[in-house]
Amino acid sequence: MPSKVNDAVLAWGAPGDDPRNPWFSWSYVSQNADTLLAALREHLYLTIVAVVLATVIAIPLAVLAYRVGSLAGPILGFTGVLYTIPSLALFAFLAPFTGIVAPTTVLIGLTMYALLTIVRNTLTALRQVPADVLDSARGMGYGKRAMLWRIELPLALPGIMTGLRIATVSTVALVTVGEIAGWGGLGELIIGGFNSNFYRPQIMTATLLCVALALVLDLLLLAVGRAIMPWTRRRSA
Amino acid sequence: MSVIEDAILWLNDPLNWTNPDGIISRTVEHLWISAAAVALGCAVAWPLGVWMGHVGRGGPAVVTVTNLSRAVPTVALLTIFPLTVIGFGPPAIILALSLFAIPPLLANAYLGLREVDPEVRDAGRGMGLSGWQLLRKVELPLSVPYLANGFRVAAVQVLATATLAAYVNGGGLGMIISRGFGLGLTAGGGQVLAGGLLVALLCLTVEGLLALAEKALLPKSLRRVRHRPPASAADALPAGS
Repeated sequence: MPSKVNDAVLAWGAPGDDPRNPWFSWSYVSQNADTLLAALREHLYLTIVAVVLATVIAIPLAVLAYRVGSLAGPILGFTGVLYTIPSLALFAFLAPFTGIVAPTTVLIGLTMYALLTIVRNTLTALRQVPADVLDSARGMGYGKRAMLWRIELPLALPGIMTGLRIATVSTVALVTVGEIAGWGGLGELIIGGFNSNFYRPQIMTATLLCVALALVLDLLLLAVGRAIMPWTRRRSA
Repeated sequence: MSVIEDAILWLNDPLNWTNPDGIISRTVEHLWISAAAVALGCAVAWPLGVWMGHVGRGGPAVVTVTNLSRAVPTVALLTIFPLTVIGFGPPAIILALSLFAIPPLLANAYLGLREVDPEVRDAGRGMGLSGWQLLRKVELPLSVPYLANGFRVAAVQVLATATLAAYVNGGGLGMIISRGFGLGLTAGGGQVLAGGLLVALLCLTVEGLLALAEKALLPKSLRRVRHRPPASAADALPAGS
């Protein structure tokens, strides 16, 4: 079952007959706005689902590694191994079980890479909470739970948000690799353009959209971070 | 027959190893393309990073380069470069991969020189060392652990990224995986799994060997330096991007 984007590319046909083949053309953009939008939507969908899933799993995991010292080693070790394994290999491990053409394959892979970035950054941020702050909180009678929610997590929030931004930007770039499993968003237009007689406008437009999407999401998260952490505004200015 | 059995069967076929596009030749191809890309990256990033660290300027530029490189999909560069004047073939792949080696090399070179104790630098100046002598005799030797760490991160990242050359028929071990995907699940599932296994094994082996080499070659006095630079350096890049 090929994705919608694949169908759109096939229906539109191979553009190799055009002898000029420029790097960018507005007529390509206007004539293929639907295809581009469908790919962009798929790209955004894959990114958001992967990053949200990764966040939901990664933050508790990082808190666990922070609280239970003996678990920090295995959790960081696992993320370290995963960090070394190429995305294509990970898709290759998953595909025989989750499907050669399936969003599940791509989503699990993307989630795992986003996960490792967020876990590492969250753990680093939690460990950087000053010891004297923790001491005074303890002295004021904070319990473990209250300390986590009201002292440690808020103080670690800037680091967590940095991890979230890195994970989001990397995920946007990584979605393109999902092309091999039929769910690559704009990556399908990039590779599809290459395979359809090296159609430059399609490759370039999809690439630019991909980079733009990454930058827009990054700025969006930056704005969200500033809104929920008013105390960081002065420092980062 | 299960996919895992298929994969084992595929790996046990000697022809899959010795064919012209078999495992052995693909591994050799993968390794030399990666090595060339890392060498090119070092040739550009190290002098630049060392110089910027020496004069203490360009920190924000390093961060910008690192952040921007995260947003650019590897697949896009691998697709675009062969269509420029570079043309098809290994040079385009090597150039695209080397661009992704630059951020960790640059960040660690810069960081390594910036982390040199200012008092040591002052002492060197007080002894009458010129800027060049200071760089060669004090700053560079002290930043070797950082340079080594950057090299390992960059090498493993390029090795992982080289898999993606298969998307543009550019060779390397990724070809085994992409061919398998092309065959579909029933015919190619075993090959896909076997290819994934080979690639992961190669990357983990090289990572392990480089880590060992780093430990064995670094003088004891330099080993106490933290091997992981802060998250602001190019450390948090996922390898497969």
